[in-house]
Amino acid sequence: MLLTTLILGVVLGGTYALLALGLTLQYGIARIMNLAYGELTLIAAFLLVWAFQGLGLSPLVAILLLAPAGYALGWALYTLMMRPLVKRSGASGRLEVDSILATFGLLFLIQGVLLLVFGPNFTSISYLDRGVSVLGVTVAANRLVAFGICLVAGTALVVALARTRWGLTLRAVALSPVSAPLVGINVDRAMRQGFALGSSLAAVAGGTLAMYQTFSATGGVVFTMKALVIVIMGGVGNVGGALAAGLALGLVETFVATAIDPGLTLAATFALFLIVLLWRPEGLFRRR
Amino acid sequence: MRIFLTYALPLAALALLAIAPLYASAYQLGLLLGIATYVTLASAWALFSGHTRYISLATVAFYGTGAYTVAVLNESLPYPMVLATAGLIGAGLALVVGLSTLRLAGIYFVIFSFGLSELIRELITWYEVNVTGTLGRYIFLDLTPQDIYWQMLGLGAVTIALTAWIHRRRLGLALRVIGDDETVAAHSGIHLARVKLIAFVLASTIITLAGAIASPRWVYVEPSIVFNPTVSFLTVIMALLGGANRLWGPALGAVPLFLIFEWLSSDFPDTYPILLGLLFIGVVFLLPHGVLAGIEQLRQRRKA
Amino acid sequence: MSFLTIDKATKRFGGLTAVNEVSFTLQEGEIAGLLGPNGSGKTTLINLVSGALPVSGGVITLEGKTLSSRRPDVVARAGVARTFQLVRILPSLTLMENVMIPAVFGAKAHWGRAAEVVAETALAQVGLKGREGLRAGDLTYIDQKRLELARALAAEPRLLLLDEWLAGLNPTELQQGIALIRSLRETGITVLMVEHIMEAVRALCPRALVMNSGILIADGETGAVLSDPQVIAAYLGQVDAHA
Repeated sequence: MLLTTLILGVVLGGTYALLALGLTLQYGIARIMNLAYGELTLIAAFLLVWAFQGLGLSPLVAILLLAPAGYALGWALYTLMMRPLVKRSGASGRLEVDSILATFGLLFLIQGVLLLVFGPNFTSISYLDRGVSVLGVTVAANRLVAFGICLVAGTALVVALARTRWGLTLRAVALSPVSAPLVGINVDRAMRQGFALGSSLAAVAGGTLAMYQTFSATGGVVFTMKALVIVIMGGVGNVGGALAAGLALGLVETFVATAIDPGLTLAATFALFLIVLLWRPEGLFRRR
Repeated sequence: MRIFLTYALPLAALALLAIAPLYASAYQLGLLLGIATYVTLASAWALFSGHTRYISLATVAFYGTGAYTVAVLNESLPYPMVLATAGLIGAGLALVVGLSTLRLAGIYFVIFSFGLSELIRELITWYEVNVTGTLGRYIFLDLTPQDIYWQMLGLGAVTIALTAWIHRRRLGLALRVIGDDETVAAHSGIHLARVKLIAFVLASTIITLAGAIASPRWVYVEPSIVFNPTVSFLTVIMALLGGANRLWGPALGAVPLFLIFEWLSSDFPDTYPILLGLLFIGVVFLLPHGVLAGIEQLRQRRKA
Repeated sequence: MSFLTIDKATKRFGGLTAVNEVSFTLQEGEIAGLLGPNGSGKTTLINLVSGALPVSGGVITLEGKTLSSRRPDVVARAGVARTFQLVRILPSLTLMENVMIPAVFGAKAHWGRAAEVVAETALAQVGLKGREGLRAGDLTYIDQKRLELARALAAEPRLLLLDEWLAGLNPTELQQGIALIRSLRETGITVLMVEHIMEAVRALCPRALVMNSGILIADGETGAVLSDPQVIAAYLGQVDAHA
């Protein structure tokens, strides 16, 4: 029982970690608080289902296509919507409020499009839904595949951020957007890349979610909320913290769902959020 | 002239609006009630968020809580007591949210408010399914549409009067200072957390009462009906359009937008959310400080 | 008893100790300069005194009343006013409103006409009389600096903390600024001013304190302190680092 919860929790936590990683890139590097993040995830989820059912495309291939598509969408969103706001705010600190409001509008826009195109019903696919034994616990194969994808994507990103020159540039902008240009960094480009990369991760996370979960066009808020809480738990801009906090939320949620009630998972998220707010608002994994 | 504009004109308008139901058709009365509701919601929202720039996305969390309180209590308590209880629950909820987030940076408050209505909806659904065993309740109150309208009109008038009064008090000045620069506010002797908490609790209590007053219109109530996120969305865009930091801004935004939304939702039910989203983004981009500030800017430019 | 007592005030940020067991006292009415190269911990010390940051160790008291690790609004109501290194005014409010704020929310909690009188007096003191209705965001840089000082004065403070208030002024403005601060001496306000401009320190401060790498390295009569070899070395080290 405990082992089951543990394994299922870690598997779910993988997707959450990836989800939060994308959001923390958007907020940490591009300084955009993206409330429509969950809706970006849903676009990918719906597209994966559509490609699977309509075109017979394997979800694995679909995710390979969703990653660059998410990047392109993020790039376009940043260029068309966010950059004018960044320019308008200058150094005044207005960007935070402006980005919250603009993405709040975007949330309803995307939700409206999803409702129009895919309808309001819950959607899911049956893909690899036979059980596989892991340490004696039966786990659906689709969950394991999803976890594998998250593991690969997350690790690749962490290594790229830590080891490459490009990663260094992004981290420098996250740390200090004011002084980054002094050492020859194109901040505008870095922010755009950060936002686009975040959208790409949202798309991959959405794709993996669609492989094993049911979802609907109006459920984006919950995904955004979970990602936001993980980001806060891990400390804004802290990639390792987001990964750890994502796994933690997956575990807590699975525990609450199995031990108490599956209808209380958002309550579990909020409970974690409250603990963080009252105890360590700077994040659980940041040195004081 | 000034006294006329600040007191006589609003009072005359209020009197006109109060006798309007005697001459209005049922459909027109429905529109009037909708307008009064959103004027109240947008004005109350702006009472806290307008000056401080702490964007609350939780309007429907309080509105729905008010409505649901009436649904639960309407058969066991006299109506005035039901309203009072709803107000107290709203204030208590706001205290919990405020005490956990308003000591910290604004972003924590925004995030908390963003998921709050989903949370409350989930909790109520869980409670109803597991404890009471019924999802969905009926509201049987002996109130005519006129009664509901008059109550809402009264609440709206009180909200605007209260806002005007606060604007002239220490609290109003403190809220404006916080909106401009919290650091300066603190170093000038303003107790940040207390000021924000008072304003947030006041605004949230009004919003909860608005939900309670409006609820008899539904007759049948369940969590997914009363916690409709569109309410939060409309409230914010209305306040922004008119100008969230002006006394009459939210009301000015609420009237035309409510009518537009009525028309859009009946004539374009499928594309309605898309149009709303576009409109919202348009307001944020084109009129970030609202219509009233925009007009003022134009006038100043003409003078110069 | 000393007016302001700073006893082993310490501030650590992670592994960095920005202020390291700094101790000194100020007598009432004293005007002291706080000097030191960039990054030596001067502004952090001002932040500790004004309540912007909690201390990691040590105690700061004003007439026996503890200031350290109190909320900034509590410190402000205890009679401490400050200006900021990068000038901070309230751009959307009028000059009058800007300056009224500490009078309204400070220890005396003036309201209405009384608060306006305090604000008018402070505005007149810095030479902004007659411009009360202007929006603060429309002021020039020097006038924004004046406004910030007026706001601090309207708190009717016992202790005034100036963080490089004279920085960025042209020579004429600098002379005006020095005269303005000198005029405060008659009011009996105690002033602790972070300053880089030696001319101003010599003209205004009988006493100078010097910090380097978070440590107080000199404290005494200004002329003597400025010729102290250790102080010169600290500043020269700074010059070397830049070259």
